[in-house]
Amino acid sequence: MSEKKPAKWVIDVRQITKTYQMGDVKLQVLRGIDLRVAKGEFISIMGPSGSGKSTLMNILGALDQPTSGQYFLDGVDVSKMSEAELARVRNRKIGFVFQSFNLLKRTEAIRQVELPLMYAGVPNRTKRAKAALEAVGLGARLDHLPSELSGGQQQRVAIARAIVTEPAVILADEPTGNLDSRSGTEVMQIFQRLNREKHITTIFVTHDPWIARHTNRVVMLRDGRVVADQKVKAPLNAGEAERPSEAEELQGVFEEVYYGGKREEYN
Amino acid sequence: MDLAQTFRVAVESLLINRLRSVLTTLGIIIGVGAVIGLVSLGRAVEAFIASEFNALGSNILQVTSAAPRSPTRDRIAPLTSREAQTLLRPGVAPSVVAVAAEYQLFGQVVARTNNTTTTIRGVSDNYGTVRNWAVSVGEFITPQHVADAARVALLGLDVVERLYGSRDFNPVGETIRLNQRSFTVIGVLTERGGTFISEDNVVLVPITTAQSRLDNARTPDGSFRVTTIYAQARSEAELPSAVEEITQFLSEAHGVVFADEQDFRITTPSDILGIVNQVSGVLTVFLAMIAGISLLVGGIGIMNIMLVSVTERTREIGLRKALGARASDILNQFLIESVLLSLVGGFFGIVLGGVAAAIGTALIPQLTITLSADAVVLATVVSTFVGVFFGYYPARRAANMRPIDALRFE
Ligand SMILES: Nc1ncnc2c1ncn2[C@@H]1O[C@H](COP(=O)(O)OP(=O)(O)OP(=O)(O)O)[C@@H](O)[C@H]1O
Ligand SMILES: [Mg+2]
Repeated sequence: MSEKKPAKWVIDVRQITKTYQMGDVKLQVLRGIDLRVAKGEFISIMGPSGSGKSTLMNILGALDQPTSGQYFLDGVDVSKMSEAELARVRNRKIGFVFQSFNLLKRTEAIRQVELPLMYAGVPNRTKRAKAALEAVGLGARLDHLPSELSGGQQQRVAIARAIVTEPAVILADEPTGNLDSRSGTEVMQIFQRLNREKHITTIFVTHDPWIARHTNRVVMLRDGRVVADQKVKAPLNAGEAERPSEAEELQGVFEEVYYGGKREEYN
Repeated sequence: MDLAQTFRVAVESLLINRLRSVLTTLGIIIGVGAVIGLVSLGRAVEAFIASEFNALGSNILQVTSAAPRSPTRDRIAPLTSREAQTLLRPGVAPSVVAVAAEYQLFGQVVARTNNTTTTIRGVSDNYGTVRNWAVSVGEFITPQHVADAARVALLGLDVVERLYGSRDFNPVGETIRLNQRSFTVIGVLTERGGTFISEDNVVLVPITTAQSRLDNARTPDGSFRVTTIYAQARSEAELPSAVEEITQFLSEAHGVVFADEQDFRITTPSDILGIVNQVSGVLTVFLAMIAGISLLVGGIGIMNIMLVSVTERTREIGLRKALGARASDILNQFLIESVLLSLVGGFFGIVLGGVAAAIGTALIPQLTITLSADAVVLATVVSTFVGVFFGYYPARRAANMRPIDALRFE
């Protein structure tokens, strides 16, 4: 029954709404979102907390169904799929990267990456998983457990796991949120390289404007609506540009020097 | 994902949570161990009782005095030596081929400076052949001993030990005193053991000696009382007719008109077997109940741990679903996990049961406790069932989780 669209858009979202029923109260989190993403785009989604970014990402990732509206993923209407079909879509078309890594505990990196291949039932799993880990620079860490990896490395394992099935799109909800700025930059470099070299369509959520400046396009949400959708003029290359220090960013923001406590005590 | 893969995932998950897996199986190990151990024990006890019972002789009837059931009669005419002999007269009880009689009393035995109390059985000379009692040293009581009411005695091994300090002592020719009268020891009985009370704590004397010298068992009609008459039927098939003939003869002799006025009881091997079967039946049911309860507890343990595990692994389930696991993959994974836990538990339970059986056999030499194949099969089937039954609910809970809720779970 799925309507076949010419797969010009990897993602084609039309007037999607999402309403949560909380007892008697209805909470409309998404109020009609339109979004089209072409193959190979690198998009960041920004917006205040509670604006519906994660809700939108979950719908894009076929983890959740919209209350109304249509969602075509690679030309296939996802909003009408059964649970089993959704599982298949998540497996073949989508690669997730989470803020909290979500690795299986006490499981070697190579096994983590094999997992989606296993659910796909494809052969040559170990070889493909190894290639994916090499692509994120972890070729020497195949047998490491999550507890033996740094946060940045764990997130890279998660990225390898997301790309190993060669999905249509990678969805990352605040992938650098739990990382320090150096590891965050490393992870950004990897996303950028995968996008530029392998043309992997990537959408990710961030609160950090500096991170957003590394992507090609920024979509701003507020109160469940898209309030801005703009191309980035000159995307930064991760690791090349120097992030302005906090002191520089705060230049001229404050009115006067204030030390806390009673002023007389300092005089 | 195919089942082989799911199986691998399940095994890996179990290995990752090693301690939890071991603790979970413990319930099943104990449950299955209890089933195996108790079933084997029950079987061994049954076999033991059956062999003891066979040693009694399968075509021997036992006649004893008993209170009449009817309130219209309260007199009990004693069984007598004369009645025992009459049974063998032609035409009285054609199905009976041999009759032995016993007159039993308690008494004190003294030898040298030692003394002990014991059962003294006055027995007829064919008692040995009818009841399957033999001597290890010396000779059995002869017809001459019976005719003379001779003061001779055969000792059971317990008595030998108590009087002479060792079971190996040969007391033949020694003089002992039974209830103040001196007797000559003519032999020692072979060891008999005994189910509840040792049958080796006994002294045998000629029946006439017991009736007239150790006691005064004379009856008004000039015969002597006996405690038990053992009648041997020609064959097992002729037991019922032997019972009928003896009943008829004794009823006439004791003036019994109605069946419930009978002042004697005839016990057949099948009566004893019936009691034995009843006892071992109760035992088996009892053991099965204990075993069943421990298996139930084990199963509930598995369910409990699986439920905890499902909750604890909510995020993992969400992740697996996000990576493409279908509900059926998750269901199978958790089902396989719980079945594996119970199967492994079942295996070690069988081992535990076997070890318990070996220890039991070593501790109780009379019992040979062996693992029977059907108990092993039963344990395997039951533990698989326990795994599926108690694992299904948690597995379904896991499978039906919405990925989005599972991923958000903290
Ligand atoms: N399952 C749910 N039931 C009810 N309300 C929900 C549910 N999930 C999200 N919400 C609500 O929807 C709104 C949007 O949530 P969402 O997680 O999409 O925000 P967000 O933009 O990702 O915020 P943040 O930047 O803090 O991650 C919030 O007000 C949240 O409370
Ligand atoms: Mg969010």
